[in-house]
Amino acid sequence: MSALGIVSQLLAIVAALLLAPLLTGWVNQWRARLQNKSAPPLLQPYRVLHKLFNKESVLAEHASPLFRMAPYIVFGCMVLACAIIPTLSTDLPLSSAADAIALVGLFALARVFISLAAMDVGTAFGTLGARREMLIGFLAEPALLMVLFCASLITKSTSLTTIVETLGHRELAIYPSLLVAGVAFTMVSLAENARVPVDNPETHLELTMIHEALILEYSGRHLALLEWAASLKLFAYSCVGLALFFPWGVAQADAPLALVLALPALVVKLAMGGILLAFIETLSAKMRIFRVPEFLATAFLLAVIGLLVNILLGV
Amino acid sequence: MTQFVPQLTNLFATMILMLSFAMISQRRIVSLINLFTLQGAALVAASVLVGYATHQPDLYVSAGLTLVLKVVLIPWLLHRVIRRLNVRWDVETLINIPTTMLVGIGLVIFSFSLALPISRLSTSMASGSLGIALACVLLSFMMMITRSKAVPQVIGFLSMENGLIFAATAVTNGMPMIVEIGIALDVLVGVLILGVFMFQIREQFDSLDIHNLETLKED
Repeated sequence: MSALGIVSQLLAIVAALLLAPLLTGWVNQWRARLQNKSAPPLLQPYRVLHKLFNKESVLAEHASPLFRMAPYIVFGCMVLACAIIPTLSTDLPLSSAADAIALVGLFALARVFISLAAMDVGTAFGTLGARREMLIGFLAEPALLMVLFCASLITKSTSLTTIVETLGHRELAIYPSLLVAGVAFTMVSLAENARVPVDNPETHLELTMIHEALILEYSGRHLALLEWAASLKLFAYSCVGLALFFPWGVAQADAPLALVLALPALVVKLAMGGILLAFIETLSAKMRIFRVPEFLATAFLLAVIGLLVNILLGV
Repeated sequence: MTQFVPQLTNLFATMILMLSFAMISQRRIVSLINLFTLQGAALVAASVLVGYATHQPDLYVSAGLTLVLKVVLIPWLLHRVIRRLNVRWDVETLINIPTTMLVGIGLVIFSFSLALPISRLSTSMASGSLGIALACVLLSFMMMITRSKAVPQVIGFLSMENGLIFAATAVTNGMPMIVEIGIALDVLVGVLILGVFMFQIREQFDSLDIHNLETLKED
């Protein structure tokens, strides 16, 4: 573990924490623009976080310690997830601790705790949200794993840093399986981040909500942590997508200059991804909740086709 | 540049397969026609690439035919038919869509494992595409079986033809020109006749559900 490795690891975490709300704000701004609404300022998510952190946190009367612990656990999971995804550099000391499978496990852990906390208070909305979240989760996880395995088959490794190193720095080649995997990944990340075809991040107090129903009982700093964690999740998914499909510009070990250049590259790639997400969200209508399993099954099967194509074409 | 041509051909092959798969999971007729148009476009791109790589000007003509027929003319005809028949409703399927897709994966695995030993013998540029072409043919065939309305069945038939043309282009570097032109005209005439049939079925039964054709007489 070199000193530069520790620096790049810390830089990756700090960048994730700071850039994640910015990405959310960017997506919201573009979506508002595309829908002919007046756009909120880019820094709005920071203001919301600031406001919520300064407010008192109100707890339900029957809330157990689990309810109070959950925001910290979810936030911790998301920070750790962002720490093991190679966003700026592939020289990450923490990434040897967890590979792509553990990454999916981290997301699952966060999901379990937020669902338990939502059921803990015993409101109808919380339970409803928890059930829907688990329904989406258990279908999205295998699909995400299959997408990651597509990249693993090409690079012969499940470690995300090795995948990025191999894909980003070998001779340019076109992998047809990654095309299918990319479509599947887009579908999974829309579902996992509570985006429009599956869930509407803007609805409150409607029967269709999923993510908002889970965090309905939270207020103050707990809510701030959960909102931040949601931003971090979007950031983490975007970075996994960039790592798998656009791995150029990520610095390797012992390359301080590349590390400096990696940040603008990441910001540009995330900005493009954010605009694309806003486009998808504007162009698609929210689907019925019973269509969601079908949507995610399609994603899973597309990822399986990616694996099969990879085996058939042997590249 | 030249070393990317086989890879790009494989990319378009995968795109054709993915679009076949998307067609199976698609309920709406309008989107079905759009997907079919895209598949035609991917086929055109693949034909041009194979033609460029193997220096066969025939394949450019074949690609041009596909472009005119399957990307412009037939989608336009189909759009016109569904507008005139007023059938932009949801497509009904015989078995539900996740099951259809699972069967589809089975078909893909079957055709890949069938094509793998054959493509090892082949020396053509995109020999790996044989499995993909076979999978497209089988998937479209399954779409024809599982759909109960006339328009999606026609689209399934056309998409199967796309798969066959792709197999011919990618594996044997194109059929003789006369066969290509013959097939193209056959498909065009086929679509015209099927269009007439659709209007007749609708007039007779007030619906495009081909189950109505199973009874011979009205009781």
